[in-house]
Amino acid sequence: MATQAAHKEQPLLSVQDLKIKIQMESGIMNAVDGVDFNIYKGKTLGLVGESGCGKSLTSRSIISINPKECETSGTITYNSESESALNGLNLLSLKPTGKQIRSIRGRKISMIFQEPMTAFSPMYTIGNQIMEAIRTHQTKDKKEAKRIALEMLSKVGISDQAKRFDQYPHEFSGGMRQRAMISMALSCNPEILIADEPTTALDVTIQAQVLELMKSLQAEFGMAILLVTHDLGIIAEMCDEVAVMYLGKIVEQAPVKEIFNNPKHPYTKGLLRSMPRLGGNKSKRLDSIEGSVPMPINMPPMCGFYDRCKDRIEGVCNAQSAPKITISDEHTVRCFLYADQREGEVQ
Amino acid sequence: MFQYIIRRILLAIPVVVLISFIVFYIIQLPPGDYVSSYAAKMSASGDIMSQAEMDQMRANLGLDRPIYEQYFMWMKKIILHGDFGFSFNYNKPVMAVIQQYMGLTLVVSLVTMAFHYIVAIPIGIYTAVKQYSVGDYFFSGLSFIGMATPNFLLAIILMFLSYKWFGNPLLGLFSPEYVNAPWSMDKVKDLMQHMVIPVIVIGLSGTADLVRIMRGQMLDELNKPNVVTARAKGLSEMQILFKYPTRAALNPIVSTFGWSLSSIFTGATITAIVLNLPIQGPVMHNALLGQDMYLAGTFLLIMALLTVLGTLISDILLAWLDPKIRTEFRGS
Repeated sequence: MATQAAHKEQPLLSVQDLKIKIQMESGIMNAVDGVDFNIYKGKTLGLVGESGCGKSLTSRSIISINPKECETSGTITYNSESESALNGLNLLSLKPTGKQIRSIRGRKISMIFQEPMTAFSPMYTIGNQIMEAIRTHQTKDKKEAKRIALEMLSKVGISDQAKRFDQYPHEFSGGMRQRAMISMALSCNPEILIADEPTTALDVTIQAQVLELMKSLQAEFGMAILLVTHDLGIIAEMCDEVAVMYLGKIVEQAPVKEIFNNPKHPYTKGLLRSMPRLGGNKSKRLDSIEGSVPMPINMPPMCGFYDRCKDRIEGVCNAQSAPKITISDEHTVRCFLYADQREGEVQ
Repeated sequence: MFQYIIRRILLAIPVVVLISFIVFYIIQLPPGDYVSSYAAKMSASGDIMSQAEMDQMRANLGLDRPIYEQYFMWMKKIILHGDFGFSFNYNKPVMAVIQQYMGLTLVVSLVTMAFHYIVAIPIGIYTAVKQYSVGDYFFSGLSFIGMATPNFLLAIILMFLSYKWFGNPLLGLFSPEYVNAPWSMDKVKDLMQHMVIPVIVIGLSGTADLVRIMRGQMLDELNKPNVVTARAKGLSEMQILFKYPTRAALNPIVSTFGWSLSSIFTGATITAIVLNLPIQGPVMHNALLGQDMYLAGTFLLIMALLTVLGTLISDILLAWLDPKIRTEFRGS
């Protein structure tokens, strides 16, 4: 694969041909349809796309926490650096409720969620819920677990930790809750942090603080981050590499600068055009992408973006699914417009 | 918290006074009074009472006074002497009648209630976790049947079956030879045998409801993000189930606990009549029918009091269970 060539090292996590099917009343929905990407140590991969494109399902399938209705296939290879027993393990082959995947969840790969409001249970104190993660994976000793939890709380910038430790989630503000969530996720020093829209529910100033915090913790702990978001601003701020998802497929993947300076896919271009810019003409309306995302149920083989694409080629784009084209070493795109640039890479 | 409880108790006083008046008024509403129903009963056995006799009886019982005067006299006695009046039917003070039935009523009610929670909560959890499985359909179907079947019908069916299989319909709470016997192991054993049918019959209707409520609550809770968070932390499914969804689903159920207080006091009326159980329910029923006004009034008053008290207990329980409400108390 093209993107792999750029990185000499082995990826920490390699997702290959991931497919998630959901049985619906009206047919089988191909929610995720052949997704490949790699996550490297200390780097941040952004997974960007609009609601319903399958980005959350993709991220959750890594630790097998999707609902039972999801039928998942493909391989997700985990190459743990710190534990050779977990090297080369296909995470999808593990039983979703089994011991082995549970020993990875929260310890090697942890996750933070969009709604810090509901992601904590209102019934128990923040301290109780953070300690639970530590006591599951690290130490059975209550005192030691509490010490680690307090240390983590101070690391994420929560002051007066001893008092905060015994408070309930509703006594925390949204930003504080997300900080607590991050401290819980990082309490066992994971190798990969999956952040599923971590700042969507927060207001803008808090967003910036939380992102800054994630960045500084990444520098400190060296974990890789998979950042799922629909916000290109966050991508620009945080990521090393970007995968743009549309209708269950990654339509374009490149380093972050390349995506912003040299977008190829009409969808990526549309997304970038729909972003407000400083110094832009205020009286002009923002561009938007016409139409809405179709439901991927019983779709004929065609480009999923066909109906909304300004550059579509009749008889080509709606006749078969778009091939993956290599633009440069680190840049791939799924679009017929570039089919003639590199021959023989049609997939 | 303490202040809150005091305030609630003070607020309850005018409510109870108002209820007591309404209760007294309602008991007076039906045409006739105890004397006329007594006269009717006498005439049925061939003993006709004259108008003069009836007036005399009314004067003796104080029934010829205006309603508000009767009410104040009743209330005065209750407040000053703890005297709830006299039961005409039983020819005893009201409190003596209630005391006589209290023990067995409590036994039947509490055992029924325990049955109800012990059976319903696990089934509710099971049917939610295994939603749309064969087990779920089986228990859900059963609980719909349980909800739709009138209790007394079930009581009659079980009595019939018990008679057919064991040669004994297990009427009442004791076999005849034990009714007036002093307490002994055999009497307790006899009581337990006789409790099976009432507990199943009275317990089942509430159980069916509770299974549905518990299942619904659990389904809500099982899909909450905090369950996904717990899973992402690496907890096992069992750890998650009991720590998060079950704990949260119990809140609304435990908080309604207080409301069952008044039904503990009377027990199930119609079923008790069908099964001939010596508990408060049928006593109250007869008091209302026979216009035994002080006995009926006392029943209704105590039930109202228990409802008010039960609501308070529910609120306190909820405050104790739900950290969010608890902090609000701490704040005030």
